[in-house]
Amino acid sequence: MHGSGISIWFFIGVLLTVYGVLIFGYGVVEWVTGISPGVQLAYLHTPVWWGGLLGALGLFYVVKFRPGRSK
Amino acid sequence: MFGLLPGLLAAGLPGFLPALLLFNAEPLAHLHTLDVVVICLYFAMVLWIGFYLKGRSNTGEEFFMAGREMTAWIAGLSFVSANLGSLELMGWAGSAYQYGILATHWYWIGAIPAMLFLGLMMMPFYYVSKTHSVPGYLNLRYGGHARSVAAIAFALEMILMSGVNMFAMAVVMKVVLGWDLNFSIIVSSVAVAVYVGLGGLRSAIFNEVLQFVLIWGGALLVPILGLIQAGGWTGLKAKILTNLGSDSYFHLWRDTGSFSANPMGVHWTGIVFGLGFVISFGYWTTDFLVVQRVLAAHNLRAARMAPIIGSFFKMATPFIVILPGLLGLVLLQNPDGSRRQLVGEDVVAACSASSGRIVNAQACSAAMAKTNLSPAYQQKVLSGAPGAELHTYNQALPLMMVRYMGPGLLGLGITALIAGFMSGMAGNVSAFSTVWTYDIYRPLIHKNGTDSHYVLVGRLSIIIGVLISIGAAYLVQQFHGIMDYVQALFSIFVAPLLAAILFGMFWKRATRLSGFLGLLSGIIFSAGLFIWVKMNPANLKYVALSPAAKPMAENVFRAGWAFLFSAAVIVLVSLMTKPRPVAELDGLVYGATKLPTEEPAPWYKREWIWATVAVVIFAVLNILFW
Repeated sequence: MHGSGISIWFFIGVLLTVYGVLIFGYGVVEWVTGISPGVQLAYLHTPVWWGGLLGALGLFYVVKFRPGRSK
Repeated sequence: MFGLLPGLLAAGLPGFLPALLLFNAEPLAHLHTLDVVVICLYFAMVLWIGFYLKGRSNTGEEFFMAGREMTAWIAGLSFVSANLGSLELMGWAGSAYQYGILATHWYWIGAIPAMLFLGLMMMPFYYVSKTHSVPGYLNLRYGGHARSVAAIAFALEMILMSGVNMFAMAVVMKVVLGWDLNFSIIVSSVAVAVYVGLGGLRSAIFNEVLQFVLIWGGALLVPILGLIQAGGWTGLKAKILTNLGSDSYFHLWRDTGSFSANPMGVHWTGIVFGLGFVISFGYWTTDFLVVQRVLAAHNLRAARMAPIIGSFFKMATPFIVILPGLLGLVLLQNPDGSRRQLVGEDVVAACSASSGRIVNAQACSAAMAKTNLSPAYQQKVLSGAPGAELHTYNQALPLMMVRYMGPGLLGLGITALIAGFMSGMAGNVSAFSTVWTYDIYRPLIHKNGTDSHYVLVGRLSIIIGVLISIGAAYLVQQFHGIMDYVQALFSIFVAPLLAAILFGMFWKRATRLSGFLGLLSGIIFSAGLFIWVKMNPANLKYVALSPAAKPMAENVFRAGWAFLFSAAVIVLVSLMTKPRPVAELDGLVYGATKLPTEEPAPWYKREWIWATVAVVIFAVLNILFW
């Protein structure tokens, strides 16, 4: 978006980062403790890598579009 | 949701929704605490955005047009997101389960040519005229009467559509999670009213971009994991061939030479001319719900690029919509490990249960006999055996989500569905607010108000619009047949509007009176056809030119006839009336407008380059899946 103010990409980055941390964290706990999530392909540990991807993408947006950063 | 989309319209959705409530089954999924946290965080974020943007929505231009400062990317993503509703996600996944990749036509030929045409040919006139709405363009081109007809029809359609969206979301949440209908309706409508009422179109657009990201983030896992389990695309094809004995599920065009050769029962002429032209162009180029997003772009180049950017994402959407349906065909399983077969809504309705018992066992048995369900499974359903449930085609996507998504990820998937519904509702109410304020209230009720007065009216109209939508949602809950009429509003209105806009934009000779009469008579003609068939379904064979025609053909053909009728009226009346001086048409009509010179841009920012790339990808995809 043009003009001053917080970019929408920053908001998206914040939400994806929080989601990434929560899902990745839960995935790690699941993996370490051996809790079964009761879904197919559980051996792929999807929450770990998907949560990691969301978190990384979110962090990228947070940093790149943080308020006050010169463009 | 979507306002309702050409695709939904043709598929007869969301008529399936009430049937979902009839089968007394357990919810498909149970949420973990982490899922609830994920969903709550989403609501907190959309409200934060609304409150943050409140201070930047003080003038009419800011509130209704988002200050016209959106980049091409944001306008483009918002443009496709306003259309990417959950009904569409679920409905087309279900259609893919039934008909294979034929359903992809609604994403490719049913969208891409129209989106590119909007960007390259029509946006200059919408944008240069500085109109705030599609009815506003009609006012400039044809005068106030045409504007009023379009505005009143559109406002009515939007507000009812918003009610249907609310009800649809409530039903889906009830079926998937067991949530109370009232809870879903109230929570979603309050959230939408707050964030759109505070931040106006800017807030709606911001949230649509957010929702777009969440929809992809939540839904993308299903095809990825499904393909891993199915052994890739090759494995999926082999499994479908083994289980269903037909490769028609993988061909877009090969089997459309006759109605009976493909699972959908369509002919390529209907796909190309009915879907690809009248319905698709009507929706993507004249429906203010989507056009409003592009009008908010910060310059003409961005306005032209936005639909072109959107077309790439539209072409990619079948990956998260069509593929899960195809994967569901071979991967979904019953609790006993056998392949789960989804059924039509009529079967679920016939097998409605009360206190665990089928209400009418005879009707249920007869309905199931027409399906491919095994006799043993039919017996289990009739006896109310544990786990012997019937699921409809339209539940393919949620069932696939539950199959692969554990705590946290399931919350993300459910958030994607909620986000889809809310973006549809927000699109409806923000478009309603603009049309109500600028095209109905200002010209017809209160002409000389101040800018701040109209902003206040806009905010109030959002609240009132949401309240009316809630009323409509409860009305739909009581009288399910209303959904058919709400859907019909789109099909009745879209073709005459397309004729009026196309002739207005590309034919200097079209006169003021011709536009008004073409629009009004086309709507009356189209409504007349609808009522004619409604009163006697046998008349469908005249409208669709075939006794074997189905509702999809009726919608497409009715739209086609209405377009031709309106076009004929516009041409005839124009030839009999005095044209406007060409000088008056500057900025409105092709050939009478000197477009502003665009700033030089590097090749990778030029709209023609990217439109060409889109056309090439579109052609390759169609050949690849021929």
